[in-house]
Amino acid sequence: MTTTMTPEAVRVPVSSLATEARAAAVVWQREMIRFVKDRSRILSSLAQPLLFLFVLGTGLGSLLGSSEGAGSVAFTTFLFPGVMAISVLFTAAFAGISIVWDREFGFLREMLVAPVSTASILIGKALGGATVATLQCFVLLALAGLVGVPYDPLMLLAMVGLIFLMGFMITSLGLLLAARVKQIQTAMPLVQLVITPLMFLSGALFPLSGLPTWLAVLTHINPMTYAVEPLRSVVFDHLDVDAATRARFDPGIVWGSWTVPVGVQILITIGFCVLLLSLAVWRFRRTE
Amino acid sequence: MNTPAVAVRGLVKRYGAIEAVRGIDLEVARGETFGFLGPNGAGKSTTINILCTLVEPTDGEAEVVGLDVVRDRAAVRRRIGLVFQDPTLDAPMSGEQNLRFHQELYGVDRRRAPARREEVMRMVGLWDRRADPVATYSGGMRRRLEIARGLLHSPQVLFLDEPTIGLDPQTRGTIWDYVAELHRTEEITVFVTTHYMDEAEHCDRIAIMNEGRIVALDTPDALKAQVGADRVTITTDDDETALRALRSEFGLEGAVREGAVSIAVADGAGFVPRLFERLGSHRVTIRSVTVTRPSLDDVFLAHTGTTIRDAEAGPSMHPMAMRMRGR
Repeated sequence: MTTTMTPEAVRVPVSSLATEARAAAVVWQREMIRFVKDRSRILSSLAQPLLFLFVLGTGLGSLLGSSEGAGSVAFTTFLFPGVMAISVLFTAAFAGISIVWDREFGFLREMLVAPVSTASILIGKALGGATVATLQCFVLLALAGLVGVPYDPLMLLAMVGLIFLMGFMITSLGLLLAARVKQIQTAMPLVQLVITPLMFLSGALFPLSGLPTWLAVLTHINPMTYAVEPLRSVVFDHLDVDAATRARFDPGIVWGSWTVPVGVQILITIGFCVLLLSLAVWRFRRTE
Repeated sequence: MNTPAVAVRGLVKRYGAIEAVRGIDLEVARGETFGFLGPNGAGKSTTINILCTLVEPTDGEAEVVGLDVVRDRAAVRRRIGLVFQDPTLDAPMSGEQNLRFHQELYGVDRRRAPARREEVMRMVGLWDRRADPVATYSGGMRRRLEIARGLLHSPQVLFLDEPTIGLDPQTRGTIWDYVAELHRTEEITVFVTTHYMDEAEHCDRIAIMNEGRIVALDTPDALKAQVGADRVTITTDDDETALRALRSEFGLEGAVREGAVSIAVADGAGFVPRLFERLGSHRVTIRSVTVTRPSLDDVFLAHTGTTIRDAEAGPSMHPMAMRMRGR
């Protein structure tokens, strides 16, 4: 032991926005390290959306018998943004719930005892989940051409942005669900219980027009609906479809007689991000 | 820097009907290695969690380096290092990645961060393994890494909660070597809990806790002196003569046990030279001599009336229940 340490050398600065941001950034970075190391997870989580798109999409598409005429749209084309959303839903929910592992292996404690706010830690987690979900979607985006979606740079950029936002919202939801869960075994059924309805009631798999009232109500209170619709809207903006087909496949979200503009849908999604993350922070502060 | 490292007054912590800490007073000076001893469930972890701002006390006050643990929570956290009873490392990340994570989380100056990482990793002998995932580390290595991590932001007080639990005796010794090493290289106070009585020897002062109260607080030597005399055991050529000589020269009553003469004296080590001198004049040849000091187990027994093991098995404070609550 020849090294001599200078006690005054390293001191912890008083908390500031910069230290909070650094904390969030390093939590995000850790999620990236884990993502890169866990290649099998990347591959396996791609299988599900691909099955949805090419197997379910093609199968149901033949049943619907969508006409091949000009201005019409294939079912797989309709499904493309929906499948994207499903991929985000499962990846991000898993990223959020993964904090239960951190708790079980003790690392959560290392994070929560640091002189930074719980919010910074969870924001880092949510950004990490959103990034991972977005990265996974790149593979699906690359396949856009196979289902008749053009490679329009502006459209792709808008989609990436919307996917990231959706990812942030769902990771926050996963964190909220994980707040009181102590064991991994409890976490998984909980995710299934919450995520599966979110998927079916979001308009990811079928258009939200002409639904019975009970189903319409359920879809309209589902946060996921307001994250899926902008994504589909962006895709349809770049398709060559007639008004009737668009109204059938992309009816938008209607409250009473008011068609909710995409901008408002995005604001609602942002609102849900803030709400879910705040609730998660509140729950974590109380339990740890 | 005259404020004590730790100051506790009338500290109480209740969990529902269970009173984990029942009013303790304590002061730890700067630079001390302070040991907190007692069986599982004695309230050690609860106390350390209060000092680390992780648990709020029900009553009483606690200050760390002059800062209140409830009111100045963040300020306390910036000045302390923590090593928990349960591991808190990220196994997929490498040792150095774990440390870097900690530095970023604590906002450590980036220009000095790499050098400091190297310093602490070299100190615990893990620099060569820095790039390996923690998953490949042994239990002792993980503990050492956690101690290194606790030092990264140069804390004024390092809290070690059962740092040696679950480790083999040799590794336990190594951990204590590093703790001793700390005082040579850092201006630091070490506050350590353990339920291994033998480990108290490494501390400047110790507090013995049982059922939520401090039952004894002093230096290890003073505590042992309280429980009574050292025991000097000699084997001789002629035990009868030896006994008679002891009586006439020192006025001591020896006892023959298992072929050896056993004598109780206050200062065993100081007594031996005189013993040789006087017994020599009686032509008694001493073949071997052993001085046994009272152990801290004896101290614990004297203050609580039970042994550590019995206390741990006791029904009033189930260790698992306490650990769960301590989290």
